Amino acid sequence: MAGNFRHLRIGVLAFQGDVREHIHVLEGLGAQVVKVRRPEELGTVDALVIPGGESSVMDKLVRMFGMQQPLRDAIAAGMPVFGTCAGLIMMSDNIVDAIAEQESLGGLHVDVRRNAFGTQIDSFEVQLDMPGVTKDPVPATFIRAPIVERVGEGVRVISALPDGRIVAVEQGNLLGISFHPEVNGDSRVHEYFLGRVAQYVTEKKASI
Amino acid sequence: MTEKQNSPLTGSTRVKRGLAEQLKGGVIMDVVNAEQARIAEDAGAIAVMALERVPADIRAQGGVARMSDPDLIEGIQAAVKIPVMAKARIGHFVEAQVLAQLNVDFIDESEVLSPADYINHIDKWAFDVPFVCGATNLGEALRRINEGAAMIRSKGEAGTGDVSEATKHIRKINSELRWLSSMSKDELYVAAKELQAPYDLVVEVAAAGKLPVPMFTAGGVATPADAAMMLQLGADGVFVGSGIFKSGDPAARAKAIVKAAAFFDDPKVIVETSRGLGEAMVGINVSDIPAPHRLADRGW
Repeated sequence: MAGNFRHLRIGVLAFQGDVREHIHVLEGLGAQVVKVRRPEELGTVDALVIPGGESSVMDKLVRMFGMQQPLRDAIAAGMPVFGTCAGLIMMSDNIVDAIAEQESLGGLHVDVRRNAFGTQIDSFEVQLDMPGVTKDPVPATFIRAPIVERVGEGVRVISALPDGRIVAVEQGNLLGISFHPEVNGDSRVHEYFLGRVAQYVTEKKASI
Repeated sequence: MTEKQNSPLTGSTRVKRGLAEQLKGGVIMDVVNAEQARIAEDAGAIAVMALERVPADIRAQGGVARMSDPDLIEGIQAAVKIPVMAKARIGHFVEAQVLAQLNVDFIDESEVLSPADYINHIDKWAFDVPFVCGATNLGEALRRINEGAAMIRSKGEAGTGDVSEATKHIRKINSELRWLSSMSKDELYVAAKELQAPYDLVVEVAAAGKLPVPMFTAGGVATPADAAMMLQLGADGVFVGSGIFKSGDPAARAKAIVKAAAFFDDPKVIVETSRGLGEAMVGINVSDIPAPHRLADRGW
């Protein structure tokens, strides 16, 4: 059932976080994977994964090394981006309870609350339904995780916790989730994303 | 789906190791008050370690070093939004209970404090909070993981600014991992005996070629180049104790070490991060410290 993703070149933003786990899952699905820390590396990829980690640190490094504008440009140009946890925060238009002077890349029209569940003692794992992405529930690990508090125009909610809190959203080529399928080694959400990337690459080629 | 499957599970191995995974590539900084914690957060620390005295002062002042005052830890928790870690003495499970009650994000069962039990370490499975423990070799790392540690920190020699012991310990653990991976299945029984580690864990690690939890490095890291070397040697991240707040310009040095950790494999970036940092901590050569005063020898 896995598509053929060998022609896809996927970047993983590699300043900090669970980069290795994402690379492992993406390579397992057959994609070519490169670590992205420089503008020229971003220029070579079809799509980008922003891993879990500490969003405020990622933001600082992105700015220190001149990556904020290239990343914003890539998102604006329609590059598919998949963010988990800190990655979701990085993609959001607005961060609630951000660290002083923290900036996001924006593009995904949502308000995201950072660290919405409390300290590490409140981190948890749960089986989560993701209709439209996978048939069976996904093992979802939430680590000091964010939630989506407001969704703007064009944003589709993919998954919410039983109490209604939104934890997965999609808007065009942007996919953002609060949790970490990659730490469970589960590849279904990544497979869904690569399917979207494959479609994007095909359409892009056709339009040239 | 059964109800049990769908109720959230806290404190599981995956949840505990999960936080450790998210910290990879980062710099964890020792801080002794809220002001230092804010400087660390501004500089890009991935987490702060709240303690009363940095290891260099513990070493200089001597005496029994214990868990920090809850007021100090709460003051630091209130000052920052990044994860806050705190140290308990080796084997002092009640200090760990106190830290868990304070909702710290990670507990360091640390040889930098005076051990409370010279035989047993803390049973870390009994806690929902993840633990990091020090190790000088693979057997020690596996014993700590067997007790429930969610992260390993190669020990180095804390409070010295001398990185040689950190180098020795991470090289030792990595070379033992390579040795273990090269063994045939029927040799792993004896390997487990030699490592003094449980057989099942030895088999798992031999197959994976790496520890099942992230491994950071600590002890003597004082410069951006030190941090980059530890990451090039295979560490997943670094702890910087006295190296930042015992230096001439803590904010600049902290930021430089964060940058060096992100581009540890690019000497051009290390050059830039090494410039104009003012004085590094003075430091003590580990070879000048008489053996009974070496912190890395604590824990077994």
